[in-house]
Amino acid sequence: MSKSAQTPAAFAEPAPNASRPRPPVIAMRNVTKTYGVGDVEVHALRATTLTIERSDYIAIMGASGSGKSTLMNILGCLDVPTSGRYRLAGIDVSQLDGDAVADIRNRRIGFVFQSFNLIPRTTALANVEMPLVYGGMKRAERRELAVRALTRVGLDHRLHYVPNQLSGGQQQRVAIARAIVTNPAMILADEPTGALDSTSTAEVLAIFDELNIEGRTVVVITHEDEVARHAKRIIRLRDGLIVDDTRYAPVDGLPPHASNSLEPAS
Amino acid sequence: MNLESIQMALRGIVANRMRSALTMLGILIGVGAVIILVAVGAGSATKTRKSLEALGSNTLTVSAGGFGQGNRGGTQSRNLQITDADAVALSDKLQAPDIAAVVPTITGGGSVTAAADGASATVGQFLGTSEAYSAVRNAPVEAGTFFTAADVSNHASVVVIGTTVAKNLLGATGDPNSLIGQPVQFGSHSLTVIGVLKTKGSNGFQDQDDIALVPYTTVRDNYTGNTGTISQLIVQASGGNATGPAQTEITTILQARHKGSTANSFRVLNQASLLQTANANNRTFTVLLGSVAAISLLVGGIGVMNIMLVTVTERTREIGIRKAIGARTSAILSQFLTEAVLLSVLGGLLGIAAGIGGSRFNIVGVQPVVQSYSIILAFAVAVAVGLFFGIYPASRAAKLRPIDALRYE
Repeated sequence: MSKSAQTPAAFAEPAPNASRPRPPVIAMRNVTKTYGVGDVEVHALRATTLTIERSDYIAIMGASGSGKSTLMNILGCLDVPTSGRYRLAGIDVSQLDGDAVADIRNRRIGFVFQSFNLIPRTTALANVEMPLVYGGMKRAERRELAVRALTRVGLDHRLHYVPNQLSGGQQQRVAIARAIVTNPAMILADEPTGALDSTSTAEVLAIFDELNIEGRTVVVITHEDEVARHAKRIIRLRDGLIVDDTRYAPVDGLPPHASNSLEPAS
Repeated sequence: MNLESIQMALRGIVANRMRSALTMLGILIGVGAVIILVAVGAGSATKTRKSLEALGSNTLTVSAGGFGQGNRGGTQSRNLQITDADAVALSDKLQAPDIAAVVPTITGGGSVTAAADGASATVGQFLGTSEAYSAVRNAPVEAGTFFTAADVSNHASVVVIGTTVAKNLLGATGDPNSLIGQPVQFGSHSLTVIGVLKTKGSNGFQDQDDIALVPYTTVRDNYTGNTGTISQLIVQASGGNATGPAQTEITTILQARHKGSTANSFRVLNQASLLQTANANNRTFTVLLGSVAAISLLVGGIGVMNIMLVTVTERTREIGIRKAIGARTSAILSQFLTEAVLLSVLGGLLGIAAGIGGSRFNIVGVQPVVQSYSIILAFAVAVAVGLFFGIYPASRAAKLRPIDALRYE
């Protein structure tokens, strides 16, 4: 397992420093991504510059083939840009090797996927604990954090259920718990409601709203307007370029469609 | 590797019970086969040693007519006989310092039937011999006494019988000792039973208890005629290292005494060299059996690799998820390697149980003797096989790019 043992405190972000402003969560400059060479060269992403501040709630929209999946992979450190510079929470990710990037994903990013991507035949609790296992945290501590995260998404009564015993909405909430358990700099959600019915969609969106209200940075990649209208800022991509970048609510304000009821239905 | 990854690997194994069980079966058979076949080899060596030991320790047997004698030796050699005088010459401490005792044996001509109280049975071995036979051949009496030197010189009509002879006369439930003091008809003459030999069992060729021992003087009087010849001499060397020199002394003395004889005119069987040859044969046999079993262990290892490759392919998406949430290369590597090693360790443990269990049964007439070295070796090889054949699939899993693994359907 990981060589670096961590305490819960290590997951917490550093205290705000008035004299030195904290770096933005995401700072991308002229990032491009090209697949293939020569005649079959495909520019999935062209010179993209993007800055995302702390506590912002961003929706990245675009049709399929617009480059939003490529952007999501680069934002999530699952893929490396062909050129340009990408800093995540002040760390230049393009300079890091495989294991260092794995550690970045482990501590700084919480993933939420369209198909939930929970480990099959593994309880909700064990799924949520998993990032902490790879972070090298001790059993008792990570158990406590995992229970807290599952309670946060309203699943404290489903701790020992395995994924196929849970509904789609519940599985996605387990995935969200797994994403927030390490207290990451950013929650990165790829079509988080794409596989959910409207009730579950509402639940998941309500949780994202709450997480953002708590001060977490949320980046949602979606093609659904219903999802995007919860964001404070919407970025539209077409043919690998940002074609529209509109802010609907201030960074330190409330998400525009935060529901009145903060308690997610279970 | 820690408790965490072992639990994770166990979960993976339990998730596919049937497949894991079949994979473990491959290792189980390999380990079990190594243990059983090595045990059979060792058991057969023990058996050979025991049957040779039953012939008495440090003994040599001398008979007339060597190997391949018929073609080359000519009439003179074929008519060559060992005589009482030869026995006396061999007992000479000056000429034969390495010989401790010389025991003549005379086989009663033809088959001899024992009869008492209406029951009758053919005796397997009807031997005339001297009082020293009991000590040299390692044939003590269970009850009664062996005949004495006085019995031999008095041509006494006495007999010491093996338990099989007694049972043939009395039935399986009869007490052999009840025959002591009773007259039993052997062929044309009646002999008094004075002792019953301790049971020896079979030596693999014949029942060693189907025997009747009579003073050789009595046999000559009543059965073979007083020819002065001896069927076979049993010679005991003075010690474990003396059998070689004793063999040389026997050949030298007998050749000097019989004109025109060659080294091939006498057949001298040396128990020690027989044992050596038998042990060498057994070792070859054991190595051969062990190698065949080792190959099946190797095949079991390939089974582990095969299943691990399937598992890695099947769980590509899971690997992607684990990598996305921060698993390092080493974590994935150790997870799948642990699973492969655990499969072979569990298979190996079951194989040890099967091997020990299987060795309790008699296999083709041999009682296997489990060798602890074979258990340790087979288990160690099974673990090594799991490691070796697990490395490739595990490193394939560890090298997957998270983005590709996540996209895998």
